[in-house]
Amino acid sequence: MTPNTTPKRELRVRPIKNGTVIDHITAGQSLNVLRILGIPDSSEDVVSVVINALGKHGKKDVVKIENRELNVREVDKISLIAPNAVINIIRNFDVFEKKQVVIPENAEGVVRCINPNCISNSSEPVTSKFNVTSAEGKILLRCKYCERVITENIAERLL
Amino acid sequence: MTFKDLHIISMKDFSRDTIDHILNTAEKLEPVARGMEKSDLLDGKILSLLFFEPSTRTRMSFETAMIRLGGRVLNLGSVEASSIVKGETLADTIRVVEGYSDAIVLRHPKEGSARMASELASVPIINGGDGVGHHPTQTFLDLYTIRRESHLDGVKIALAGDLKYGRTVHSLCYALSLYNAEITLVSPKELRLPDEIIGDLKKRNIKVKQTDSIEEAISDVEVLYVTRIQKERFPDPAEYNKVASSLLITPALLENADPKLKIMHPLPRVNEIDPRVDETEHACYFNQSFYGVPVRMALLSLVMGAIE
Repeated sequence: MTPNTTPKRELRVRPIKNGTVIDHITAGQSLNVLRILGIPDSSEDVVSVVINALGKHGKKDVVKIENRELNVREVDKISLIAPNAVINIIRNFDVFEKKQVVIPENAEGVVRCINPNCISNSSEPVTSKFNVTSAEGKILLRCKYCERVITENIAERLL
Repeated sequence: MTFKDLHIISMKDFSRDTIDHILNTAEKLEPVARGMEKSDLLDGKILSLLFFEPSTRTRMSFETAMIRLGGRVLNLGSVEASSIVKGETLADTIRVVEGYSDAIVLRHPKEGSARMASELASVPIINGGDGVGHHPTQTFLDLYTIRRESHLDGVKIALAGDLKYGRTVHSLCYALSLYNAEITLVSPKELRLPDEIIGDLKKRNIKVKQTDSIEEAISDVEVLYVTRIQKERFPDPAEYNKVASSLLITPALLENADPKLKIMHPLPRVNEIDPRVDETEHACYFNQSFYGVPVRMALLSLVMGAIE
């Protein structure tokens, strides 16, 4: 076999031994996913990012984080910016668990309200609360206090 | 549904049946509100009024409602003379004042403040206006006025003026949609009702028309609800004058109206309605202002458990 006939499929990112692969991230949102996970500050292990990979349903991003599993709060936050994301927990190179993110009905303390005059943006001891709904893959957040709706740029409003 | 200890925060918390019950209760209490009958329904009860923003009608009508029912009122007084200036949070103020009273009326400049207060308080919170958010007791009295002066179910109503920023209009639109109203929206382009609210109305199969001509709207409605247009919304005073005069309600304009047409206004008015209109059968804005008393009497009696 000459070097020119090597198989066309090649791995852009190598498999990981232990950790988490977040697949089917809405294209362009992977850097926001890293921000949610506090990377690079929170992890010294290898993190790989694929942006605009071609998936079955068009473009997607993929993030692989070695030696780390995610907590519920992190997954809830990811679901708000990448509602189709799939979380794969990898142990010893095998997929130990595979789960699509579940969009929570309520999001508490994860998003800042867009309304500067909302009581949740004041010095009062109050945690932001949103009712979460989704339609056609788009997330809609309604503030429980001022009832203002957020549909765009949710990533920028994450706490 | 039990009303005792219910918080009154946003119209969206209420179904048509619940609203009807509140309006029926208000109707029964109207003779007391007029001073024709005496009542001691709320004898021994204390209502606290926490007004962090100026108010005449809302504050005074709550006081009147409480006094007419034999209850007492505690007033925060001026914010400057209270512990708020020492930096006390609203959350702490609520937890202190609930210990002094059986219900609290709150008006506060921040949207969502009443909802937050309701999460903290063990006594009912009544939202007396939260920023540009909600003012449900105004909507209840508006509905009561429409019912008393005209009819509520399927009413043909025009809403005129600042439909973009006017908080009373947004809550009223939602409530009217529960009564299958036919709504005509009259405003200049700059002050139209936000698209999301029009979308909500259409989803509920409510007939909605939009126009910038008050002449066009007035010939075919039973109720005309006028709101104030705020000068500061217009960078150019000439533009403000043009818009304000195009929506002015005058006796000449009313010549084409249904003789039974009722004109409402949440007040204060500036110059939206010519004072000569006050003398006509159409004017019902001062009645509307009075109806705030029986409606607030009903709400207070229900949430304090004096009436079921």
